[in-house]
Amino acid sequence: MSLETPAAPSAAPLPVLETEQDILARAKQASSKRKRNIWLLRLAIVVVWLGSWELTATYWIDPFFYSKPSKIWERLVEWFSAGTDFGSIWYQILVTVEEAAIGFVIGAIAGVVFGVILGRSAYLAQVLAPFIKAANALPRIVLAALFVIWFGLGLSSKVATVVVLVFFAVFFNAFTGAREVDRNLIDNARILGATRGQVLKSIVLPSATSWILSSLHVAFGFALIGAVVGEYTGAKAGMGFLIANAQGTFDTAGVYAGMLIITVVALLAEWGIGTLEGRLLRWRPPSASDAAHGVV
Amino acid sequence: MVPPLIELTGATKRFPSGSGSVHTAVRDLTMTVQPGEFVAVVGPTGCGKSTTLSLVSGLQPPSAGRVRVNGEDVKSIPDGVGYMFQTDAVMPWRSVLENVASGPRFRGVPKAEARAQAVDWIARVGLAGFEKYYPHQLSGGMRKRVALAQTLVTKPKILLMDEPFSALDVQTRALMQDELLRLWSGSGAAVIFVTHDLDEAIALADKVVVLTTGPATVKDVFEIPLDRPRKVEELRLTEEFRKLYADIWESLRSEVDKAREKGASNVA
Repeated sequence: MSLETPAAPSAAPLPVLETEQDILARAKQASSKRKRNIWLLRLAIVVVWLGSWELTATYWIDPFFYSKPSKIWERLVEWFSAGTDFGSIWYQILVTVEEAAIGFVIGAIAGVVFGVILGRSAYLAQVLAPFIKAANALPRIVLAALFVIWFGLGLSSKVATVVVLVFFAVFFNAFTGAREVDRNLIDNARILGATRGQVLKSIVLPSATSWILSSLHVAFGFALIGAVVGEYTGAKAGMGFLIANAQGTFDTAGVYAGMLIITVVALLAEWGIGTLEGRLLRWRPPSASDAAHGVV
Repeated sequence: MVPPLIELTGATKRFPSGSGSVHTAVRDLTMTVQPGEFVAVVGPTGCGKSTTLSLVSGLQPPSAGRVRVNGEDVKSIPDGVGYMFQTDAVMPWRSVLENVASGPRFRGVPKAEARAQAVDWIARVGLAGFEKYYPHQLSGGMRKRVALAQTLVTKPKILLMDEPFSALDVQTRALMQDELLRLWSGSGAAVIFVTHDLDEAIALADKVVVLTTGPATVKDVFEIPLDRPRKVEELRLTEEFRKLYADIWESLRSEVDKAREKGASNVA
């Protein structure tokens, strides 16, 4: 074949190599295949992990100290069917979630309020900065011990622990969010006739919302940690109490089972906050950070 | 004689600059704007054009001299001022409708009434059907239209515009200039339009004020006796336009050169 071959006569249509349907179908197939593979790999990781644990614990290491998946499963089944030594498992979960939720709400609201106030008032922020830094540097977990002495073994000591943990997580993000508001947007709103309060409500708060919401993810994790640590320090019920009790009786399977339940609760809460975030931030353009959403 | 709507007399604005000295952005600037007049302010980059607008809008007080709007000294934001910023100032978390309605809402107009006004203005800037869209879903030109509607819905008597179309591509910019003239005609609003684009200044304005390189003060004022209504694209090709352009450019050029030299010496 020579390069001088005359072009095909214009009457003959050029070949269509792929139609729109082909392109779409291929894209769809590729994405569903990818999704399936991701799930298969995840499943494989779990099987390998649990399987090797089960095998080593059966033939090699002492399951008394390290427990094994089948024992943990038995313990979970026992808790959910017959209940724990201290009453229904649902009651224990409820106690922990209640403490975490109350503390989370109080801590988050306080964090947003103080964060926005200090974010908008550079003067106040400068005055209080060293105190806030010091309070943040304090290992707040140890406060749990103090709170048990102050507030007793009941709900309030755990709520207090949760509040101090959640507050700082939310506070710093609300502070940054309120401080980084676009100057132009504020000027524009003022020209359009907004009062100070209206600027706060329609510019500063929405602008800080994405900062605040991203902190809530971390904060709910902290809330659960606070509640569990609080219960661990001294309580009459709850998941932390259950774990402390399992530890006291050398029941490793019980410790793991408690951990697993707390993890599931945290994941459910994470999902709830993610949904809330999606709804409140509808206005935001889809960004590259969404791709990393599964990780963060 | 009608008293001027906007009157700057020897207005000076100084800022503390980062390095501990004081930076003079505007020096001894005197100009007036009559009701309904379209004034374009041109000058070299960074000469203090935007500062002039913030003095009139009351966002910043002058360091010396006097700024009067409606015969009264400007202390806070005067009534009836609209301001279109260089960068996008529409609220990204509000839909087009909510954005345009926010001016009336801030001023206490009931919700339904504010929405009706907004719908009307959205249609007038040619965005009917886009009420529910969020700003990120619109193109740059459409966001400018939203900003324009957001400003005009408050029926300003004074419209301050700070290089509003500078970020747009050439065709969109010409389109927006025509839109602006169409919406402005009959509104009776006075406009101060800051730009570095001399074409744009001549095509839009009744009067072009040339500022010196920073600190800015008035160098020359040119009347633009072109007939209205104007068609921006056609206007550019006329002999009259080119003559005006040559005259004003003659005045502006030496300032641009000075600004360039200064920039070069700053770098060196």
